[in-house]
Amino acid sequence: MREREDEWTGLMRSAISGDNAAYHRLLKAIAPVLRAAARRGLARAGQPVDQSEDIVQDILLAVHLKRHTWDANAPFAPWLFAIARNKLIDSLRRRGRRVFVNIDDFAETLPGEPAAETASASEVAAQLESLPARQREVLQSIAVESASIKDTAAKYSMSEGAVRVALHRALASLTAKLREQ
Amino acid sequence: MDTDQLIRTLAADNTRARPVGFVLALALLAAAPVSLLMFFAELGVRPDVMIAMRNPFFDLKFAVTLALATSAILVSLHLSRPEASMQGWGWLFMIPAGLLVAGISGEMMMPQRLPMMTRLVGQNSRICMTAIPAMSLPLLVAALFGLRHGAPTKPALAGAVAGLLSAGLAATFYASHCTDDSPLFVATWYTIATALVTAIGALAGSKVLRF
Repeated sequence: MREREDEWTGLMRSAISGDNAAYHRLLKAIAPVLRAAARRGLARAGQPVDQSEDIVQDILLAVHLKRHTWDANAPFAPWLFAIARNKLIDSLRRRGRRVFVNIDDFAETLPGEPAAETASASEVAAQLESLPARQREVLQSIAVESASIKDTAAKYSMSEGAVRVALHRALASLTAKLREQ
Repeated sequence: MDTDQLIRTLAADNTRARPVGFVLALALLAAAPVSLLMFFAELGVRPDVMIAMRNPFFDLKFAVTLALATSAILVSLHLSRPEASMQGWGWLFMIPAGLLVAGISGEMMMPQRLPMMTRLVGQNSRICMTAIPAMSLPLLVAALFGLRHGAPTKPALAGAVAGLLSAGLAATFYASHCTDDSPLFVATWYTIATALVTAIGALAGSKVLRF
C-alpha cells in the first residue's frame, strides 16, 4: 500500500518534469484503483456498476487537467483521492442519487482484488461528436488510431504545436461538456 | 473511446499549465483598474488625507483591510488544491479581527470628543455599504476566475474566501475616502459590507468553482 503510493508520487514527479512514459505508467497504475472505487460507489448507491468506466474516464480527465494543483513535495495519493472522490460524488449526484462517498473507497483497495474488466464507456465517446471538427480529428487520430503528435500533424498539414493546442483544447472542452450534461 | 485510449491521449498532451497563483494574480491585476476607476469617478481620496495619515486610527483601517486581503489570498490559494481543508488555516483571519479588536480597545482607553454610538454610526455608513460591495464585484469576478484554474473541492467555501479577498481589497480603496476612522465604525459597517460580498462569493463559488 505504502510502497504503491510512494511509487505513484515518484512517477508523478517524473511526469511533471516532462517524462511522458512515467506519466503513462502512472495513469495505467491508478486506473484499476479508480475503477474498483467507482464500482463500489455505484453499488452502494444502487446504480448499475457497468457505468463505472464513465466515472473512471471523468476522473482521469480531471487528474490530467488539474495536475498543476498537485504540490510536488506532497504525497500524490491524497491529492488523487480528493479529485476522485469529488468526481465520484458529482457523477452519482448527476445520476440523481444523494450519496455519501467514503474516502476509504479509494484508500482500501486490496492489492489482491481482481482487476475489474474495462467496461465500455459511452459518455466521452458521445461528447466527442459535439467537438469542433479540427479538435475531434486530432483527438481521434491520437486516441483511436494511436497516431503520434508528429504523424497527426503531417496527416492534417498542421504544425506540431497546433496539434498539441488542438489536443489540449479538445480534452478541456470534453471535460467541460461532461460537467454540464 | 476506451480507457486505455484515453490514457494514451492524456500522456500525449504535455501542455504545461500555469500555477493557480500566477493566474489569480494576473486576473486581480486586470480587475483592479476597474475598481479604481469606480473609486476615482465616484469617491476619490479624502481631501485632508495628509493630516489624516497622522491619525493612527486612519492607518489602522489599512492594516485591517490589507491583513484581511492577504489572509484571504493565502487561504484561497490553499483551498485551490483538492485535498485542502481549513484546518490550520482559519487562524489567519484572526489577524485582521485581532487588529480591529486591538483598535477598539485602544480607542476606548483614550479620551474622545464624541460618544461611542456617534462614532459607531458615523456619517458614511450608507456609502460604505454600497461602495465596498460595488468595488468588490470586479475583483470577485477576477478571483473566481483565478480559482477556477485550481481544483477546489469545497467550492462554496473557496467562493466565500474569494469574497473576503475582494472585499478586503475594495475596503482598502474605500478606507482612503472615508472620514470615519473609528475602529467601531470599521468593525460595524465594513464588516456588514464584507459579509455581503462573502455571501455573494459563496453563492457564486458553489456554481462556478465546480470542476
